[in-house]
Amino acid sequence: MSGIRATVSKILTFSCVDGPGNRLVLFLQGCNFACPGCHNPHTIGICDDCGDCIPACPQEALSLAGGRIAFDPTACDQCDACLRACPISANPMVQHLDVAKVLALIRDNRDFLTGITVSGGEATLQLKFVIALFTAIKSAADLAGLTCFVDTNGHLGAEAWARLLPVTDGVMLDIKAFAADRHRLLTGRDNDRSLASARIVQAAGKLYEVRYLMVPGMNDSDAEIAALIGLARDLGDELRVKLNAYQHHGVRGPALDWPKMPRDGVEAAAARLRAAGLTEVVTPVVYP
Amino acid sequence: MFDANDKLRDIVNDPTLSPAQKARFLSLEAENSLSYPLLDAATRAALDDRVICDMYEGNAPYKPRYVLPDYAVVLAKGSDWLELPAPQDLDEAISTLMIAYHHTPSVTGMPVYLGAIDALLLPFCEGVTDEDLYRKIKLFWRYLDRVLPDAFMHANIGPADNRVARAILRADVELQQIAPNLTLLYDPETSGEDLLAGAIDNIVACSKPHIANHPIHAETFDARGYGIVSCYNALPVGGGASTLVRLNLREVAARAQSEADFLHRVLPHYMDLAFDLMRARIDYLYSQSHFFDSFLVTEGWIDRDRFTAMYGVFAMAEAVDLLQDKAGQPGRYGHDDAANALGLRITEALAARVAAEPLDNVWRGRAMLHAQAGLSTDTGLTPGIRIAYGQEPDPVTHVRALAPQHRHYASGVSEILTLDETIRANPTALVQLCKGALASGFREFTANVAGNDLVRVTGYMIRLSDVRRHDAAMGSRTNTTALGAEAARLTAILSRKPRVVGHERHPGYGQ
Repeated sequence: MSGIRATVSKILTFSCVDGPGNRLVLFLQGCNFACPGCHNPHTIGICDDCGDCIPACPQEALSLAGGRIAFDPTACDQCDACLRACPISANPMVQHLDVAKVLALIRDNRDFLTGITVSGGEATLQLKFVIALFTAIKSAADLAGLTCFVDTNGHLGAEAWARLLPVTDGVMLDIKAFAADRHRLLTGRDNDRSLASARIVQAAGKLYEVRYLMVPGMNDSDAEIAALIGLARDLGDELRVKLNAYQHHGVRGPALDWPKMPRDGVEAAAARLRAAGLTEVVTPVVYP
Repeated sequence: MFDANDKLRDIVNDPTLSPAQKARFLSLEAENSLSYPLLDAATRAALDDRVICDMYEGNAPYKPRYVLPDYAVVLAKGSDWLELPAPQDLDEAISTLMIAYHHTPSVTGMPVYLGAIDALLLPFCEGVTDEDLYRKIKLFWRYLDRVLPDAFMHANIGPADNRVARAILRADVELQQIAPNLTLLYDPETSGEDLLAGAIDNIVACSKPHIANHPIHAETFDARGYGIVSCYNALPVGGGASTLVRLNLREVAARAQSEADFLHRVLPHYMDLAFDLMRARIDYLYSQSHFFDSFLVTEGWIDRDRFTAMYGVFAMAEAVDLLQDKAGQPGRYGHDDAANALGLRITEALAARVAAEPLDNVWRGRAMLHAQAGLSTDTGLTPGIRIAYGQEPDPVTHVRALAPQHRHYASGVSEILTLDETIRANPTALVQLCKGALASGFREFTANVAGNDLVRVTGYMIRLSDVRRHDAAMGSRTNTTALGAEAARLTAILSRKPRVVGHERHPGYGQ
């Protein structure tokens, strides 16, 4: 068993929005995109033990031990004051879990699970752990039938995909925008690798879903939707395309001034995708 | 100044009640003008203090609380008393059931059990096309809701997958009626994934049916079988339950110094008083009411030896939290392993004492433990052994916190898992949650999906649109809307996060 440990921001034992069925979700800490509109900004950074969060904690659950942040989960009352105090969008409450610990957690919840999803942050930044975990699940007889999914921004290179895909059952891939300037504005990065990833994963038959978070005025123009249609049709008309609507939940900073994406805009885009021949276009059940 | 006649006048003149609803409330007032079965002073005091509670079943038990006729008898033989021949085809079978239901008493005056309808009707379906079957079921369902409008009335289907069960699921989701309530008896070995998936699709659309853990129930009962009735009560078919007496665990805990004092002194004391109350009510029913002289007994629909006594408990959440407070422990019920373990110890103590106490005129000579799902007036108290409202953890944690207690509640226990609307896009997650819950020992799986008009309040359904109409003083066709409206006002079920309060019955008019 690999001794490699994951840096985990949060674990859910019930999720119906991270792939098919009920999934245990590991939100892995750290992201290589810097999206102003991120709904989970506290998963972006990696803690550098600066200690700024320590005085922010009313429960005194945080301290420095040997120069490293130490977190006492029994004292924490989940007020998240530390997350707001962190200057680098990190999370002092992360857990460090090895594959054996995660397997134990999965076994404990086995009867409730359709599968496991690694999300983030950007899960593929902890590629060695993810491969080790999926490999272990695939080789455990008592976990047979559980599917292993990755939720990713697609910034992973072809060689890495070649190692990850053989132990992966499905990939949910975010495309943030098509025009290069839009993508840089929304993520701080170029999108060529994300677009390449979509093709690599689809060629392997493991692209479960392409997700497109619609942000008004950013990536909902006719041209952007036309480009989305182009990519999706290129990948195959049966591709599942999920349109999400930008909301303010969790968002910090200037992106709070961006308007929320209204239902009619999403439904209009969905109608265009369907009219273009795409057969599985999914829109949000709820618009908060 | 209180005047009984004024109250009767209020009932008679109530602008929101139908004549039948008025007659029902008037009959309750009449029964309750009689003296109560004789109780000793300590039992009387505990009842007056509502530490023990008779569910306001009435002062003179002249019928069992729940009656589960073996309808297969009347379908096979007809009825001499009712001058009915044995039915020969599907129309005659449905007509016979419709007549039979009218002669099935219960605490509400309406039948709580409609039978394992698919098994009852399947023998009559030969030569009937699926489409005809569906149309006939739909008319039958509409009749039940309009003529017997009480959501405590409960139909069962399963465990075998069959045409009638499918037609019922199809009609039920299409009509979205309050009545009848519906339970799928599910056996992972024999029912099939497809039937479960069909039921789950219905839950996503209208929060019905609920799913009973058939293997666990089947093991609890005998070859003659069981039915799920009213609010998740599992009872013997061909019998039922004479009475349901319940213990307010919070009130018991309030009278204890510590966990040890609770388990060894206070709880046994009040448990004994509840047994006395049960005995008094059952004795009246069996020795004075002449209920069992009925044709229901002589024709074999029911057997006087197959009526259990339901030993109900509620407010486990408040009891555990109170005992945790007394011990200076911060952990809360449903969230903390130590608090959950205390809940299990209380349940084990309850189960052991119920199993040890002999009762006359009770099926198998022992009461059956029941997690009681509430009255509409239980302000601030959580039904049964559920986790307090608005404090529920995620559904998997929720199930795992309570599952170890379920095996002890032989005559029924229920949690309502409320899921947000995102589940609509992924019903497979609900299937998986259901399978996990049943595999971990849940006796019943019940889910409400946020955003549905049809919502489960305890085991019974209400329409939120009906509640709004009732509160606008427009009246309601169904008897349970008033309960739901009262529960909604008293307990803020509609304003709290999507998780429905459990309040089963209300005491009478204006209370």
